[in-house]
Amino acid sequence: MTEPVLEVAGLSVIFGNREPAVAGVSFAVEPGERVGLIGESGSGKSVTALAVMGLLPEQARTSGVVWLAGQPVLDRPDAELAALRGNRVSMIFQEPMTALDPTMKVGRQVAEVIGLHRRVARGQTRARVLEILDAVGLSGPARVANSYPHQLSGGQRQRVVVAMALVNTPDLVICDEPTTALDVTVQATVLSLLDSSLAEAGAGCLFISHDLAVVAQLCTRILVMLDGKIVEDAPLAQILAEPKHPYTRGLVATARIDQVPVGERLPTVADFWSRDGDVEEELR
Amino acid sequence: MKARLSLAIGLILVGLVLVTALVSLVWTPYDPIRVDSAQVLQPPLHGPHLLGTDGFGIDVLSRIMVSAQICVQVGIIAVGIALVIGVPLGVFAGQVGGWGSELVMRVTDIWYAFPALLLAILFAAAFGSSTGTAMVAIGLASVPAFARIARAATLQVMSQDYVLAARACGTRPAAIAVRHVLPNIAPLVGVQASVSFGIAILAEAALSYLGLSAQPPTPTWGRMLADAQTYLFSNPVLALWPGLAVAAAVLGFNLLGDGLRDLLDPRLKEVR
Repeated sequence: MTEPVLEVAGLSVIFGNREPAVAGVSFAVEPGERVGLIGESGSGKSVTALAVMGLLPEQARTSGVVWLAGQPVLDRPDAELAALRGNRVSMIFQEPMTALDPTMKVGRQVAEVIGLHRRVARGQTRARVLEILDAVGLSGPARVANSYPHQLSGGQRQRVVVAMALVNTPDLVICDEPTTALDVTVQATVLSLLDSSLAEAGAGCLFISHDLAVVAQLCTRILVMLDGKIVEDAPLAQILAEPKHPYTRGLVATARIDQVPVGERLPTVADFWSRDGDVEEELR
Repeated sequence: MKARLSLAIGLILVGLVLVTALVSLVWTPYDPIRVDSAQVLQPPLHGPHLLGTDGFGIDVLSRIMVSAQICVQVGIIAVGIALVIGVPLGVFAGQVGGWGSELVMRVTDIWYAFPALLLAILFAAAFGSSTGTAMVAIGLASVPAFARIARAATLQVMSQDYVLAARACGTRPAAIAVRHVLPNIAPLVGVQASVSFGIAILAEAALSYLGLSAQPPTPTWGRMLADAQTYLFSNPVLALWPGLAVAAAVLGFNLLGDGLRDLLDPRLKEVR
């Protein structure tokens, strides 16, 4: 058996004197496996992603262990992790509008990611940049490469971000709500792009979202995160068929509005679960 | 609209100073240092001397023109020194954070508290009065302003997603400073450079008025003001020309800086 590309054990993250943002989270991602991490905003899923990449702000205090591509991540300086990031592991952020440097042409930003990890001749880098921009479905890759980010639409920018994440064929791609900022039609095309690109690269994926419907399109296993803890960890089919935790039941019900009889009120998560206790029984 | 206006006026005045300095390199109406006792204290606008002559019979317009060279030279070198020292300090402080940042900022605070003119007088006492020492002193005195601006702008850039994304791509801190921070703070630093250019010109005029900068016979506006003092009651107009020149140059660079600042201010951008 091969070892997992990502292994998280007992991870906790605390900011200042507040409640832990992440409290004792453990999970693993096997090579090529796609895991969805789902939860509401503030549940600690983005903090988990940043911790996995070693990108937490300085004032965060961490405990536990994170092994990424066979290397420990926590409490190591940027310089030591630089060889790993963008090469073996890459990350796609939520906001395509701000994830690209506004002062640098898009092609150069992609070329930079190659140059950081590979010794390649300039001509070859250029060819590789155009190839990957084409592969992420950008028409006229040469024109896109010569554009500044503000000259591209949100969907185009997110494709560029995907291209930057995949250009070095990483073992694991961490996606932090990569489609949340896009409108629904663009969202669908970016998702199918991610799907095919990940499959082609054979890369594993940790996909973070608050939207079960989005995660269900891409992932085979789902982690449900609530208040900094993982409350459910099961294959997608099992989550959809027989969710165990009341919060998960709420998520599944709200994602399946096609099963709500016409004219009835749409379900909300609060129908199934609230912080004050299990409300499911009261409703019945 | 107001930004455009001050930008336009600033550009015109700055352009005037630069063109004057360039032209004076190849042509002036008269020799700017030749003493002519037959032409002493000619009135302006009458006769061959457009702005008249001074107490040594030297053509005032020629001196004003040549003085623009010193003024531009001092501005460039002083601002250059301040940029080269201040910006890296500020970027470093903004990027590393923690006690390293605190140390740099406290040192610049102390530095800031030291008056520029006092520093220049000290330098003149230690190394002799020359344009060189004046430029270095003014430049060093301007360092904290650049360090502060650069640090504030760097902090802002470092909190942007594209820096996080760059780190996630494996970009090392030094490369982030050069490739992402510097280009993005350049506009703000540019505004500060323009304002500091004006301050440097004013400081140099004050120093040469006190005799702590360029030495005779090199003409400077400050030196001309000092010379004109002797004739303040008989020929007050002699003090007017260099005074106007200093005012125009300083106003020009300040308006240019203000105009750039307003033009680059993202809050104003949304309104337009």
